[in-house]
Amino acid sequence: MNSKLEQLIIGIIAATAMFFAGASRAVDITGAGATFPYPIYAKWAEAYKAKTGIGMNYQSIGSGGGIKQITAKTVDFGASDMPLKPEELEKNGLMQFPAVIGGVVPVINVAGIGAGTLKLDGKTLADIYLGKITKWNDPALAALNKDIKLPDENIIVVHRSDGSGTTFIFTNYLSKVSAEWKSTVGESTAVSWKAGIGGKGNEGVAANVQRMKNTIGYVEYAYALQNKMNFVQMKNRDGQFVKPEDNSFKAAAAGAQWDKAPGFYEILTDEAGKESWPISGATFVLMHKVQEKPETGKEVLKFFDWAYNDGGKLASDLDYVPLPENVVKLIRAAWKAQIRDAAGAQLLK
Amino acid sequence: MPTMFLREARLKRQTVFDLLFRSLTRASAIAVLVLLAAIIVSLIMGSMPAIRAFGFGFLTSSEWDPVNDQFGALVPIIGTLVTSFIALLIAIPVSFGIAIFLTELSPRILRRPLGIAIELLAGIPSIIYGMWGLFVFAPLFADYIEPWLNDHIGTMPYIGPFFSGPPMGIGILTASIILSIMIIPFIASVMRDVFEVVPTLLKESAYGLGATTWEVLWNVVIPYTKVGVAGGIMLGLGRALGETMAVTFVIGNAHELSKSLLMPGNSISSALANEFTEAYGELYTASLIELGLILFFITFVVLSLARYMLYKLGQREGQTT
Repeated sequence: MNSKLEQLIIGIIAATAMFFAGASRAVDITGAGATFPYPIYAKWAEAYKAKTGIGMNYQSIGSGGGIKQITAKTVDFGASDMPLKPEELEKNGLMQFPAVIGGVVPVINVAGIGAGTLKLDGKTLADIYLGKITKWNDPALAALNKDIKLPDENIIVVHRSDGSGTTFIFTNYLSKVSAEWKSTVGESTAVSWKAGIGGKGNEGVAANVQRMKNTIGYVEYAYALQNKMNFVQMKNRDGQFVKPEDNSFKAAAAGAQWDKAPGFYEILTDEAGKESWPISGATFVLMHKVQEKPETGKEVLKFFDWAYNDGGKLASDLDYVPLPENVVKLIRAAWKAQIRDAAGAQLLK
Repeated sequence: MPTMFLREARLKRQTVFDLLFRSLTRASAIAVLVLLAAIIVSLIMGSMPAIRAFGFGFLTSSEWDPVNDQFGALVPIIGTLVTSFIALLIAIPVSFGIAIFLTELSPRILRRPLGIAIELLAGIPSIIYGMWGLFVFAPLFADYIEPWLNDHIGTMPYIGPFFSGPPMGIGILTASIILSIMIIPFIASVMRDVFEVVPTLLKESAYGLGATTWEVLWNVVIPYTKVGVAGGIMLGLGRALGETMAVTFVIGNAHELSKSLLMPGNSISSALANEFTEAYGELYTASLIELGLILFFITFVVLSLARYMLYKLGQREGQTT
């Protein structure tokens, strides 16, 4: 009886060992971080697995968690919507590169204002979120929208209640266009809001905006598009009013001077260019410069290389904007130059 | 002889089994204490940076500024206490009504279905209440009830400021009402259960003396069951204090201190649910953990107070009857 039990246990152990040995032969890569790019990373992972047999596990635990996990080396790459400053990268031995572009879109729900007709500039948007402009028919709004009859109603401001890369891009833009915003609120994934109510996630903000009257909020571009929300036109740096579209995000990415940004620390807000959408941003991937497991490191790079080459269509389908070719070229050069194995040899030749 | 041997063996086996069983139960009981201590210790350790940086000022400051690393817990603490208090204020009388109707007044045929309905309400996940609150209740509240509150109660002296503000549909009052709906089934079903154990003899005697239904309830049923009733209320309060998702949906999640109940606020658990995942930086995370510690402390104090109250009630019982 006992010997039979022993045999059984040994059998189970052997089977488990074989299972794990089998699983570890093909190097699966793991990543963790931002929730914003999760849908496209998951899609890419699925297509990549079908093509190469190599899986990619991505946990969308939030940018903060992603940074913590890559610093602790529990994952092969981290993902963050807020780029790390060059000195922070240096301190932790990390390098970062953008993966895909998205944007933030102010959305409104005001009776009598049609979709995409309201025009705003940065200063006015900042004043609304500072609580200085409280009426929809405020003179500042009226001056920008002479052809619309604005109602005499209170503006209800909606913002994110959770920390978010979307908030970072939005507050970064407001800091660039409003000195008062910069000094009283500043930019971060979560800030001390001066007005309004908070919704959790894009869906929380969207629900609040759609359910309440006379509201203004801001959501991720893909989210606004899929839910057919009433977006606004923004005045960009060149003084043009632009609509949030694939082209206006691409224009913002193309206008950015990535080659002059150390560590790809570039936030695509308030970029020059006639067609640029002013509240654009990229989501970033973080990797260690010194790869202790070069095989896994190589697989991560191969994955993103494939994504830049063949993943653009999938990204567009999900309303993300692929990076322009010139930026991808810079990223590939950075991989070659910066990522090395423990012995100091280049990972990619 | 063989029977003796057998019995001895069984006895021995039983003693061993008994010993094993006893140590197993003891270990389980101790595990609870160890777990509790471990949670407290890890909460304190996690919040150390914030405790060191802000000290007691953390409890009295209403600042919540992640950009400049300035944190204070006053807004969420007040939000948690106020929403739970208002929720109880609404839930207790309603639950009383439900329990009294079910045990004393309801036709027999209605009792079972009503009782089951209440238990089903208690089983609904809190996120459903939150979504219902946000999508169904809040718009109705904003369109019909809040304007009325503004016009009628908002103009009154003293209590007016609590009920004036833009009708947004979400805020402290909405959160309190949703919370009260959530805890009513808990309180009501406990009350019903304890009302049912009142001996029929006592009630019938009172009726026999010519007491009205109201007098029977007030003078017989409630004195007989006050410990159980208080226990049910505490159960509801415990749930209200810690409720997270439903509150997050409708409280407005703004770190702002406002007199008006119609304005958005924040509660401890919803601040945690909202901000923990993306909290970046040592002080921010530590402040959130300290919020958790405070919630733990509030719940502990409330439950201890309740225990103490019950203990006092029990003592007086002996003297008066």
